[in-house]
Amino acid sequence: MEKQPFERPFIKKLHSGMPGKFGMKMDFDPITEIDGINVKDLIGEYGSPVFILSEKTIRKTLNTAKRAFTTRYPKVRFSWSYKTNYLDAVCNIYHQEGSWAEVVSGFEYDKALSNGVDGKYIIFNGPDKSAEYLEKAIQKNSLIHIDHFDEMYMLNELSDKLNKKPKVAIRVNMDTGIYPKWDRFGFNYENGEAWDAINRIMIGKKLDLVGLHTHIGTFLLAANPYKIAAGKLADLAVNIENKYNHNIKYIDMGGGFASRNTLKGAFLPGTDTVPDFDDYAEAITSGLINSQIKPDNLPLLILETGRALIDDAGYLLGTVLANKRLADGRRSTILDIGINLLFTSFWYEHIITPAQPFSHHTEETAIYGPLCMNIDVLRENVDFPLLKKNDHVVIKRIGAYNMTQWLQFITLRPRIVLIDEKGKSHLIRKNETLEVFKSLEKTPEYLNNFKL
Amino acid sequence: MKLKKNIAVSDSGFIFDPNSGDSFSMNPVGTEIVNLLKQEKDSDKIHDAMTKKYDVPPDEFNKYYLDFIQTLKQFNLMENDD
Amino acid sequence: MNKLKVTIAVTGLNNTDNPGPGVPVIRSLRESEAFDLRIIGLAYETLEPGIYMHNIVDKVYQVPYPSEGSGDLIKRLKYIQEREKIDVLIPNFDAELYTFMKSSARLHEMGIKTFLPTITQLEERHKSELPAFGKKYGVNVPKSKPVLKHSDIGKIRDDFEFPVMVKGKFYDAYYAFNEEQIHMHFNKISAKWGLPVIIQEFIKGTEVNVVALGDGKGNTIGAVPMRKQYITDKGKAWGGITLDNKEMLDLTHKIIGSTNWRGGMELELIKTSKNELYVIEINPRIPAWVYLAVSAGQNIPEALVKLALGEEVKPFDKYQIGRMFVRYSYDLMVDLKDFEKLSTTGEL
Repeated sequence: MEKQPFERPFIKKLHSGMPGKFGMKMDFDPITEIDGINVKDLIGEYGSPVFILSEKTIRKTLNTAKRAFTTRYPKVRFSWSYKTNYLDAVCNIYHQEGSWAEVVSGFEYDKALSNGVDGKYIIFNGPDKSAEYLEKAIQKNSLIHIDHFDEMYMLNELSDKLNKKPKVAIRVNMDTGIYPKWDRFGFNYENGEAWDAINRIMIGKKLDLVGLHTHIGTFLLAANPYKIAAGKLADLAVNIENKYNHNIKYIDMGGGFASRNTLKGAFLPGTDTVPDFDDYAEAITSGLINSQIKPDNLPLLILETGRALIDDAGYLLGTVLANKRLADGRRSTILDIGINLLFTSFWYEHIITPAQPFSHHTEETAIYGPLCMNIDVLRENVDFPLLKKNDHVVIKRIGAYNMTQWLQFITLRPRIVLIDEKGKSHLIRKNETLEVFKSLEKTPEYLNNFKL
Repeated sequence: MKLKKNIAVSDSGFIFDPNSGDSFSMNPVGTEIVNLLKQEKDSDKIHDAMTKKYDVPPDEFNKYYLDFIQTLKQFNLMENDD
Repeated sequence: MNKLKVTIAVTGLNNTDNPGPGVPVIRSLRESEAFDLRIIGLAYETLEPGIYMHNIVDKVYQVPYPSEGSGDLIKRLKYIQEREKIDVLIPNFDAELYTFMKSSARLHEMGIKTFLPTITQLEERHKSELPAFGKKYGVNVPKSKPVLKHSDIGKIRDDFEFPVMVKGKFYDAYYAFNEEQIHMHFNKISAKWGLPVIIQEFIKGTEVNVVALGDGKGNTIGAVPMRKQYITDKGKAWGGITLDNKEMLDLTHKIIGSTNWRGGMELELIKTSKNELYVIEINPRIPAWVYLAVSAGQNIPEALVKLALGEEVKPFDKYQIGRMFVRYSYDLMVDLKDFEKLSTTGEL
């Protein structure tokens, strides 16, 4: 007789509290494995805390996003936002999937080149581009998105010096009905500054205006502002065509799509309130398709979304260091994960899930990080099961920004591991050591000796 | 190692402990083990029966079994060991 | 007369001392002459009393909390729909409404109809939006201010006089007589209902309420005003009486007419000694005391179901004045087998 599949025996106490009007019931299943690998084994092999990235989720999410846009618009290109997560392994997954590189500093520019990205597929954004890097970007035919007039003048000079026409776009900021309005980057639409910049480029003839770019905000919980933004960029494109008989090649809608994390203070989960890729795609593509741009001239649509593409693929695994009772009677649990590793805990209610089955008794708990610093708080107040010292936890949806904005503060940064599509783990960034830091430091000779 | 006598187990895996008034629910494998315990089978017999029926290496079963028994003890469903 | 066979799913079976409207809604529907009913109870907890009232519900299913997301909810409702063929679903909790509204197209595809306010209607009557609502529609509202963090509480000193009301986004309201108490309530409320917490001017007067139903085209299908005669420590009516009050009805018509309100509504009003009416809250659903209106002659749940089914419904034009209710509690005996079945299978 064939043996039946085995499921581990399990018993739970039935929790029959008085029916309230909805407590914040937490996710009551432990996360015991990620893409087929046991959390315990991952921590056993790579230590705690450790960042885990799922290649499967990265590719799947990107393909969902792509499908949302390509089914609605003929020409679409994603460009990976390096600042969201610039681990080489991560960037290369996106490049394998056809994403270009979107960088905002010389460091990121070099990183993209070193990953083997052809300069013409690098979009160079942001207010900080040195003359040295602009020259490099011009030589390599990169797409330079102009942020301010000083940069435009510099590009004009470089164009003369190198006798080469840089490929440029201008970044446009605008009122799309959202608050806060981002007006510090690029040229304003409403006051005519953007049109002014376009005219100077077109009349100056030193730069090749290939695109228009905007990036209207971050973590936008409504899709409609994108429609307004796409419409305004399309109007600029039509004006350029009418006045100069010049067709721009692409419209870059930037990023800002929200991930499914729940912002602090929200009752309903981000998974419900956040627009999905279809909502954003519908807004953007309808803004373009319903514009006055002639169907034959529809520009390439570029998207630089970062957060919404990678947040779900990242996990942070950690361990309970201690439990203690606070003076007001509340319970607190101290983890080896602090804000040094989880920068996004300043604005998300991160979901912290035990990595092993737990009792259904929960208690109001403050969850703290390990830093000797008062603001190191992951969750102020959450119904949390009683974990023991050395129990493990998994924090999901942390793939965006944490591996770039993390702080080397008080303690060293841990390993980062990628689980490939076959369920095999790879170390993709080593943990920092004392030697790494010492190697950067220089102590003047006379400070080498002391006596206590 | 015995299950408390007055514990009632239903086919659906529901347990009511008349001592404490607590109720519990189990998955089918858990229910099967508890039923074997109720029949006063010893650990060896339970191991045999379960590893024969289910696709699980004996060592692995043992790990889960001990953990399960530990949980039953925590929930005060077992007689105290002599 | 041939009765229409309908299956109706209802949430909010928590008929406790802080009652949900589910059981009264079902009781009202059961009295309808128009329907041959099958009632499906949807429960979040295993101890919601309505679950065990076999003359109230025909069948009960447990459903996941809205804070777990609409994905889980839809999955569960699909499972239920394969077995039950629900015609109309009536959600009764404020906190679940958004999730049901968001899912209403998917529910419709499954053959489940709802009759809910629009997202815009839901959003603009939020407690935190009340001042804007008052301005837009020209109704009196108490001064209120959303608070997102402790440090904002000190800043209200110039705008408010104590006592003030401290309210949660969905539920809970407490008096605070000093700043310290606001901080205390803020902690409690924000932990339970999220942010913002709303600080509201305390308006002195008598609390009066209206249960009403709008058809979504600006018509008020039913409206019955009531005064709470006894209020529990949870702020719930324990006794109430229907009123003959034209101002309250006019205000109700004005709000429903100008917002094109769709679905059930409870207006919470304060009548000051100068006879002014202040809108304290607009609850976007039928209240737990709806049966008072039914017994006074306006079966609002029945009318809501008819509207959901797409029938023409003539507005009610009268109700019995001086109709009164007193709530009572009752120890319902429960078979452990029922509790077992619900706990292990999620169905009863």
